Amino acid sequence: MNIIIKGTTILNPEQNINEKTDLIISDGVISKFGNLAESDYKNAKVYEFNNSYCVPGLFDMHVHLREPGREDEETIITGSDSAAAGGFTGVACMPNTNPAIDTAEVVKFIKEKSQQHLVEVFPIAAATQERKGEGLSPMIELFEAGAIGFSDDGNAIKSASLLRNAFEYVKMFDSVIIEHCEDESFADGAMNEGIISTSLGLPPIPSIAEDIIVMRDIITAEYSNGKIHIAHISSKNAIELVRQAKKKGINITAEATPHHFTLTEESLKSYDTNYKMNPPLRTKEDVDAVIEGLKDGTIDCIASDHAPHSIEEKEYEFIYAPNGIIGLETTLGLTLTELYHKKHLNIVQIIEKLSINPRKILKIPTPQIKEGEKANLTIFDPNSIWTVDISKFKSKCKNSPFNNKLLTGKMLAVINKNKMLFEDKFIHI
Amino acid sequence: MPLASRHLLGLYGTNREDIELILDTARTFREVLERPIKKVPTLQGKTVVNLFFEASTRTRISFELAQKRLSADTINFTTSTSSTKKGETFKDTVRNIEAMKVDMIVVRHESAGVPLFLTRISNANIINAGDGTHEHPTQALLDMYSIKEKLGKLEGLRICIVGDIAHSRVALSNIYGLTTMGANVSVCGPSTMIPHSLERLGVKIFTDVDKAIQENDVLNVLRIQLERKAGDRIPSLREYRNYFGVTTERLEKFNKEILILHPGPINRGIEISSEVADGPFQVILDQVTNGVAIRMAVLYLLGTKN
Repeated sequence: MNIIIKGTTILNPEQNINEKTDLIISDGVISKFGNLAESDYKNAKVYEFNNSYCVPGLFDMHVHLREPGREDEETIITGSDSAAAGGFTGVACMPNTNPAIDTAEVVKFIKEKSQQHLVEVFPIAAATQERKGEGLSPMIELFEAGAIGFSDDGNAIKSASLLRNAFEYVKMFDSVIIEHCEDESFADGAMNEGIISTSLGLPPIPSIAEDIIVMRDIITAEYSNGKIHIAHISSKNAIELVRQAKKKGINITAEATPHHFTLTEESLKSYDTNYKMNPPLRTKEDVDAVIEGLKDGTIDCIASDHAPHSIEEKEYEFIYAPNGIIGLETTLGLTLTELYHKKHLNIVQIIEKLSINPRKILKIPTPQIKEGEKANLTIFDPNSIWTVDISKFKSKCKNSPFNNKLLTGKMLAVINKNKMLFEDKFIHI
Repeated sequence: MPLASRHLLGLYGTNREDIELILDTARTFREVLERPIKKVPTLQGKTVVNLFFEASTRTRISFELAQKRLSADTINFTTSTSSTKKGETFKDTVRNIEAMKVDMIVVRHESAGVPLFLTRISNANIINAGDGTHEHPTQALLDMYSIKEKLGKLEGLRICIVGDIAHSRVALSNIYGLTTMGANVSVCGPSTMIPHSLERLGVKIFTDVDKAIQENDVLNVLRIQLERKAGDRIPSLREYRNYFGVTTERLEKFNKEILILHPGPINRGIEISSEVADGPFQVILDQVTNGVAIRMAVLYLLGTKN
């Protein structure tokens, strides 16, 4: 089957492409790139995407798919549907499942489940057995089975000595340790510490809980020459620590979530548990620092930390409610609204943060847009205005604080693995 | 003039007129409590549930008595563990109780924000009887009533709350309410017990109890809550008593009359010495009596508001 993509601007900073031209995709492979001849239209279905960009498929390196264990909240398939609907063709899923992703069997299970889907799913394995922080997981075996990174996400790796061993061990196959940076001894709070937590009477988590572990991890990575990626960085001081570490040449990268560059702790005044996350929403100063970090490259990429929780659990009393929100279907819109339209990042930087850099960190090649390559593409209109409607989400869960928010920038289609998601339908191409 | 809100969730945002209305109404009920027959028919036919998710004897009894004095039908639902831990969600628990057709809910819970959440899922009038370390408005109102009863005013008074401010729901309600009423509010305690950025609420902070005594007209002494991991924040009760305990020696040093309040229950010999707790300047038992009147006033004002 031939399809023609028309009217879009093809953009891939890695290949230095930025031109308005047409594409033909034949059986999932890019067969022609450039202006089309009349004969090309024979036996081809034409899709017009005016005023849009066509870029290497977006990639979210931090999602929770809940399977195995909490299939009531999300499955590999529903999570992948949600990713595709949000404009992503690839995701990396975190190991805090039940059982944890700490054996080759679970890695293979996830890969197998996602095999037929448009969205590619790359498991991140637990760094320690059962994520307990007591002994290393079988990292070589996990890597060979297809794990692309290691993390005890939800917690930092418990001790500095174990972290050091994790760095040393994954060096053998050049993998990365992804850290949820939070000092356990501060971890029993429900929101960022400051005037708002004091006036709301909610148990606080000070921002140094993040800074301390970022510092520990930088020092340990430097000593063991390891490769560290900081998940969902959110505090001003932690960002500055990463900035300095990068200057020193330490092998460090970082991601930020859309909620940490969009919302502040002020939102907690509603006691709405859809604002309860970890790391917690912080101050305006921290939000500005996240944006600054994204601008100057201290923060390499944007990741959703998509964390589905059932309505009944999110309706628990505030201090008992679980942390986290879903984000796959709002990340692109929030990024364009908050960073592109507010002139913090240009479109090339946006594509780097949402497509190229996350793959680089995980050593996945960027999909190339040229003849003979498999089509792995996201097409979006940066100026299309839409309203977030949680009832339309593909995710099984609806825990988003962005319901009814007006966003500028919308995914139009994603193409990968001989499939296309267009107007809410998966089409075989 | 009725109250501005149909709930009493806290004193944050409660305006001066409403606080005055509650205090004035309480004075009427305070007189009723001195009569041989201490019952009025005001809330006859109304059903009030006391929904206590956290252990409490005093506050619950005080509310219950207030409800009975107003001739309301009262039910107590008390559980020391969260119902979420039992498998039924909090929301289901509340909906079940509301399905029995209740008019008002008095709620205590260890999570801040629960009373506000209740207003979203229930049609009853909600009264906060303490949510986490957030607010306990009726306690602050009865403290204010007791101060006013003794000193004739609140405006311009210097009032210091002494103790574990960070883990107190009484402190925050007092700060909000007293500030609204024009008092100068301060707190005193070990710095580990003062919550972050508290000074931004317009509150002066003392860490020297002598100074606090010297510079204030009223001390509201809080219970050191041993159950709330106080051990992480103070070395020992002995050190607390020696450096922060309100004792006769300390009061005599400044040779002044200073009004002493305590929300109870008292740890005698720790945050307050027995001589002070039973001494001439305290109104600790008046607070308990006034508490019933305040709760009658709140129940009446909310229960008769359309």
